[in-house]
Amino acid sequence: MLQFFRLIGAVIFAGGVLSACSGEHAWRTHDISRLVPDLEFKLSDDRGRTVGAQDYRGKVALMFFAYTHCADVCPMTLAQLAQTLREIDSGRDDARVLVVTVDPRRDTTAVMHSYVQGFGPQFVGLRGNAGALDALTRRYRVTYSLGKPDADGNYEVTHSNAVFVFDREGHARLLFSSSDTPAAIAEDLRRLISETDKDG
Amino acid sequence: MELSHPLIESLLAAAAFLAPWEFSPTLVLLCAGALVFHWRGLRHVGTAERASPGRRVAFITGLLLIYFVMQTRFDYLSQHMFFIHRLQHLALHHLGPFLIALSQPLAVLATGMPARMRSGLVQRFWRLPATRFGYRLLQNAVVAPVLFVGLIWFWLTSRIHFYAMLSEPLYWVMNWSMLLDGLLFWILMLDPRTRREGALLGFGIRILLVLAAIVPQIVIGARIALADRDLYDVYDVCGRVWEIEPLVDEHLGGLITWIPAAMMHAVAAVILIARWARSDRNETAIASGASSPYAGGA
Repeated sequence: MLQFFRLIGAVIFAGGVLSACSGEHAWRTHDISRLVPDLEFKLSDDRGRTVGAQDYRGKVALMFFAYTHCADVCPMTLAQLAQTLREIDSGRDDARVLVVTVDPRRDTTAVMHSYVQGFGPQFVGLRGNAGALDALTRRYRVTYSLGKPDADGNYEVTHSNAVFVFDREGHARLLFSSSDTPAAIAEDLRRLISETDKDG
Repeated sequence: MELSHPLIESLLAAAAFLAPWEFSPTLVLLCAGALVFHWRGLRHVGTAERASPGRRVAFITGLLLIYFVMQTRFDYLSQHMFFIHRLQHLALHHLGPFLIALSQPLAVLATGMPARMRSGLVQRFWRLPATRFGYRLLQNAVVAPVLFVGLIWFWLTSRIHFYAMLSEPLYWVMNWSMLLDGLLFWILMLDPRTRREGALLGFGIRILLVLAAIVPQIVIGARIALADRDLYDVYDVCGRVWEIEPLVDEHLGGLITWIPAAMMHAVAAVILIARWARSDRNETAIASGASSPYAGGA
């Protein structure tokens, strides 16, 4: 029965998505309000503390799956987010970028710490065991897979390139993908930060 | 025997693959109920009316296929690889419902149901004016094929597809709508009866519709199979299970939307032509007073 009501809700929402396409207040990136569950996780941060969503309430949280050996997508995305945050959030401390490693074997707490430090003070490295990581990727319907190691034991990890953005109450609001321009991301992020500023 | 035996390991892997990825009690209950009612129904009906082994196999294969693509790890793969998603929809919208419709299971299922459920629930529901009105509304020569092709088109719209893959409720709406519409369409199309015997549409119009529905599906499939850009970036956004070029994934998915789907419609047309010819022969035989399979008991 519960499932049935959720289906009805989704149908109504689908109608909403369609009508929102022509709405004047459309976001420039992907609006995922009510489609994606609230922020929730239990991982350890890059200082070794156990943290969860409640530790980031009051901040706009940007969650991104990455690994430190990643050669292109991860550093590019993170550098771009760092640049955007420098422009719109300098000194305000309104946002946190939660970098979740999909390669916890190689990305130890110390490795994660020095990796995220390079991007800026708003960046937090998160890691967990396979169970905690799988629960999180499943919750957000993303996946990752470890490639075959080469002769030196190096391997690539295929993973999601999405940045999930949550408002200060932890509700999912936006999704940035590689098809979104830096300008669109900056505009939407600024709007979300100032919007929740007024509400909260 | 030690636990690391390769046989045990592969059995465990198979068991893990067959476990539901996202458990749906509704689907499990429906499939289990259908299997039990079908089995009971077959025991109750007389040997003369009993479904041929071919029909029984078709029913069980169709049902298991639907269960397999919705309630095993296959569903996980479907969420993260476009061409597997297309295979899933081929099973949900074409192959599974096609096999079930071909087996004409409704009478057997009704017989196998507990009497109270049949008269109290199913028959009462079926006699509701709203049910009959809705059924007539959906099951006609215009709405049925438009809905059948329209749903394929709708869920393959880039933007809609993006959200359907990201949201669990929307994903379920997508898959259930494909399954239910597939059942409605193929039950309407593959009805073994003539118009005079109670089918909603005659054989001629059904053959036309089944063939006409190929054209838009070729257009939809070919547009994806021949696309030179990534139409469905949600698989990049959420991550793929295997490393595969996005365009290769997309082209494979397009081919699956295009070719096997069109082939199934051609098979349906052949089946309908054969049934039409047989019903013609029977009617001529009855008209000329010769003995027919149905005349024996009269």
